[in-house]
Formats: sequence, structure tokens, C-alpha cells
Amino acid sequence: MKNRLTKVLALIGACALTVGCMTGCGNSNNTQSSAESSVESSTVKDTVVENSAAGSSETESSAADSDTELTGSITMIGSTSMEKLANALAETFMEKNPGVTVSAEFVGSSAGIEAVLNQTADIGNSSRNLKDEEKQNGAVENVVAIDGIAVCVDASNTVKDLTKEQLADIYTGKVTNWKDLGGSDTPIVVVGREAGSGTRDAFEELVGVKDACTYANELDSTGAVIAKVASTPGAIGYASLDAVDDSVITVALEGVEATAENIKAGNYFLSRPFVMATNGEIEAQSELVKAWFEFVLGEEGQSVAATLGLITID
Amino acid sequence: MKNETHASVIGNRKNKAVVETVAQIIFTICATFAILAVASITIYMIVSGTPAIFKVGLKEILFSTQWSPAAKTTEPSFGILWVILTSIIGTTLAILIGVPIGILTAVFLAEVAPKKLAAIVKPAVELLAGIPSVVYGLLGIYLLSPLMYKLELAVFKGSGTHQFTGGANLLSAVIVLAIMILPTVINISETAIKAVPSHIKAASLALGASHIQTIFKTILPAAKSGIVTAVVLGVGRAIGEAMAITLVSGGGVNAPLPFNSVRFLTTAIVSEMGYAQGTHRQVLFTIGLVLFAFIMAINIILNKILKGVKDE
Repeated sequence: MKNRLTKVLALIGACALTVGCMTGCGNSNNTQSSAESSVESSTVKDTVVENSAAGSSETESSAADSDTELTGSITMIGSTSMEKLANALAETFMEKNPGVTVSAEFVGSSAGIEAVLNQTADIGNSSRNLKDEEKQNGAVENVVAIDGIAVCVDASNTVKDLTKEQLADIYTGKVTNWKDLGGSDTPIVVVGREAGSGTRDAFEELVGVKDACTYANELDSTGAVIAKVASTPGAIGYASLDAVDDSVITVALEGVEATAENIKAGNYFLSRPFVMATNGEIEAQSELVKAWFEFVLGEEGQSVAATLGLITID
Repeated sequence: MKNETHASVIGNRKNKAVVETVAQIIFTICATFAILAVASITIYMIVSGTPAIFKVGLKEILFSTQWSPAAKTTEPSFGILWVILTSIIGTTLAILIGVPIGILTAVFLAEVAPKKLAAIVKPAVELLAGIPSVVYGLLGIYLLSPLMYKLELAVFKGSGTHQFTGGANLLSAVIVLAIMILPTVINISETAIKAVPSHIKAASLALGASHIQTIFKTILPAAKSGIVTAVVLGVGRAIGEAMAITLVSGGGVNAPLPFNSVRFLTTAIVSEMGYAQGTHRQVLFTIGLVLFAFIMAINIILNKILKGVKDE
């Protein structure tokens, strides 16, 4: 094994030198830089060979490639609320690095963190802060953006503004008719998400109605909530700000409109973090995952988040 | 020549014996696969469904009505009594609505309908069987729910205690389920009715019974066994359905009253599996185990009834 590794190393070294010499035949400026890079790359290869003495030669060669161009794949599993963000980031990243495949599955925050802890995924997407239990198991919380939760009502509703207290009264069943909130005489149909949903968790916590809500409809996806609210007179629901469309009216809370600006300024109280959890610190991850986080937390990744109406991390 | 024949006969016998043995082995292997599948599913359901029973307590799960699995401020509770009752009542109502309609449609197709009309209705019914369940659910949301909401508003006008569901309630789910079991009931019942020997019908008519009398007094009793099979399969479809009713039942864990938002055993698993973790997740597997036990029990009981019918 060791013999073979030395042979491979020698071969790669020789190749690098040859390439260096050949480019060296061009103009003198190039010679300098390519010679430098070949030195750099050979030192990288050295460390790789040392590290992978127990591993196979395949991983070694792919790691050696990553010095110039990233190759390989990143798998993300997690929150359905983060679907738009994760897909947009993945597309941009893959455009930049054609050798990389970023695949994302959207099954739920808890399932995502479980997957990253089982090492079936590189990154676990979570639309809530990690629980202490998850952190103890080694999950590290990397906040990549902040999301606002919008409260929406059907298009015929005349109530345009709710206070935190009114919202709590609606969701705990103290107020059951819109006429008590300055609207028409219509019963309130309380729509929400199922137990365990990140959005529900965030909403109930932020409104202060944890475990006290009486839902008339518990639906299992953001889209279903919007569809139900849009088609039911008197309905009220909550969903990620970036998922709300024109079929429903977004209500202002405490007089503050649910806009990206207001969330950034911190005036709008219904907001939550988007987390890309890793198993151990980012520094301990593979080169590829490190490059991913460099991109996501960098200017480009954050501008992608901004186009989706999320708050950027500064 | 004689030798050759002799040899070939012996060869044939040998070949025959080999073919017999090989065929027997193949059959055994195939049968083992089916048994393995059933056994591994049973074992998996028991292994993954029982930890929560020990953690939470069987009585607490089966006989408590409080379902708040992800509660943080209070002790989480995992009572699924309402969910179990919803599944029982919902399925029973769907069967009570769907089976008579289905059997009468089968009679119509097999006995009463003019041939040309039957040629249109029969393919339509078969097409109904091929529609994916999620489509039934979507139709339920867009057609049934608004109508149900109007009905709900009329029934509970001025009520201070009723929680309005916007048309997503037990009644909607029952109607969708009843429609979904129709094709199964119709197709199998029709086959059973058509399989009744014509001399029985002829004898009944010759004795002076009218067509309708013949249908209800002679043909249907003669086709009883096939019709019971139709009902068994209908029950199976109704109790195991998740996708369609998750869209129209509302999803709240409440007592199974007609206008309440309710949750079935199947939808309870489907709707919370994505985000559940820890004990919550284990309890969802326990719900799966309950559903599994349910379907097993129904199959065994109905098969007994079916055998009883055959023995008559």
C-alpha cells in the first residue's frame, strides 16, 4: 500500500513538474505563477497522502483535483420551508463549480438534523434553532439567513392589521368571529401546521401561544395552508414570507407590514433563523463543504438569500 | 430402435422427476418470499411500534384524548382515542353510504341497464378505479369543501361554541371515501352477479316472480359470497386510504362528529412524520402498529364471515 502510494505521488509530482515546465516555455510572468502553483499543489498532495495512508488512492486523487477545481457532491436534507433557498443556492453553486453536484431533499427540519448526525447527509437544513439534545449529539448550528413568517387571511377579509394579543386570542380560540376584531360578521377558521413543524414551532413561540392553540385545520405543508386560506372565507393562516403569494392578503402585525425591510430592521416580531447544520464545526468538514459555506455566507450566497426575501447574515 | 424407446422412456421419467423437483423448489421459494414479506413487516412494525408503548404506556396512548406530541411548556401527551374512533366511524359511515350505492349500481349494470347505456357506465366506473387518490382529495378541496362550509355556516349559525373548519370535516372525508370505494364494490359485485347461473334466474322468473323480485330474492343471495368479498376489499381501501382524506378532513384531533375537523389513523402518520422526532416519532410508529392490528383484525373477522357465507 505504502509503496503504491509513493509511486502514485511520484507520478503526480512528475506530471505537475512537466506541466509546470511546459507552461514555463510561454512568457516569463506565467512561469513564475505556474511554478508557484505547482509547488503549492505538491505540498497539498503531500498532506493528503499522509492523511489518507489508511484510505484508498481514489479519494486521494479527487482531493488532489479539488485544489484547482471542486468536484464531488454535497447532500442536504431538511426543512421544507428552506426548499426555495436551498435550491437557489445549490443552482448558483453548481453553476460556479460545474464539477459539483448539490442534491437537496426536503423532508422536515428534524429529519434533516437526524440525517446529518447519521452522516447520511453533509448538511441538515433546519428552519428552527437546534435543540440542546441535537447540539449534544454533535450538530452545529450555522445560521445562513433569517426568515419572516407572514400571517395571511383570505382576499375578502377587511381586517388589515392585528396586534400580537389579537393574534394570540385568535389562535387560542378566545376570539372566534372577525366582527370582534373590526371585520365583518364571519366566523374565524383557524388554519395552522401540524405538530413538529418548524413554522408552527416558530409561530407559537414568537406569538407566545406555545401548546395552547386550537386549530380547525392542521395541514402538513406551507402550500396547503396558503391554498386553504385562499379558498375559505374567514380563514387565517401562517406561512413563510417568501411562500406567500397574491391569492391571500398578508396582515400587518402591530402596524408593521411583513416586508423584508421591516424584518431586517427587526421591527417585525414573527421571524426565525434558517440553519444549515453540520456534524461538527465547519472547519472539520471536507474541503467541498467548507467551500459551500464560504459561498453561502459570502456575498454571492447572501445575495441569493436576499432575492428570496430573507434577511441576510452580516 | 427398441432400446432407444426404452432409453427415452427412462430419460423422460428422469426429466420428469427433475422438472417436478425444480418446480417444487421454485414454488416453495416464491411462497417463502410472500411469507418473508409478511413476517418482516410484522416484525418491523412490532419492533418499531412497541418502544413508545413502554415509554408512554399503552393505556395512555389508546384511551387518552389529548394529543399534543410536541408540547414543550407542558408534558407532551400522546392520546389517540379520537384518532382511533375517527377511523372506525369514518370507515363505517363510508361503507354504509358506498356499499348500497355500489351494489345497486352493479345490479343496474348486470341486470337492468340497456346494453348501450351499460357500455357507457361500465368503462366510466372502471376509470373511476384508476384515478389516483390525491386527485379525489383535490376535487374534495375545490368542490366539496366550499359546499360543506356553506352547510356548516347554515347549521351552526350563531353558535358560540362550534369551531368553524371551513368545510374540512369528517363528513367531507366520509363522502370522499364512499366515492373512492365505489369502483371496487361495483366491479367485484357485478362480476359476482353475472356469475350467477342463468338457470336460477330462469327458474325464479318461471315461477312467476317479477324481475325485481328475482334480483333481490334470488340473484343477490346467490351472489352473496362475491358481494361480501367486494365489501371486504372496500373496507380495506377505506381504512388504508390516507392521501385523499388528509386533504379534506381538516387534521385536527377532535371527537368524530360530522362537522368537526378530524384526523384518521393514516393521516396522523402521514401528516406528522416529516418533522417528528424522539418519542413523537416512536408514537407515530405505534399508530402504524395500531392500524396494522386493525387491518389484520378486520381481515380475519371478515374472512370468517366470508367462510360462513360459503359454508351455507
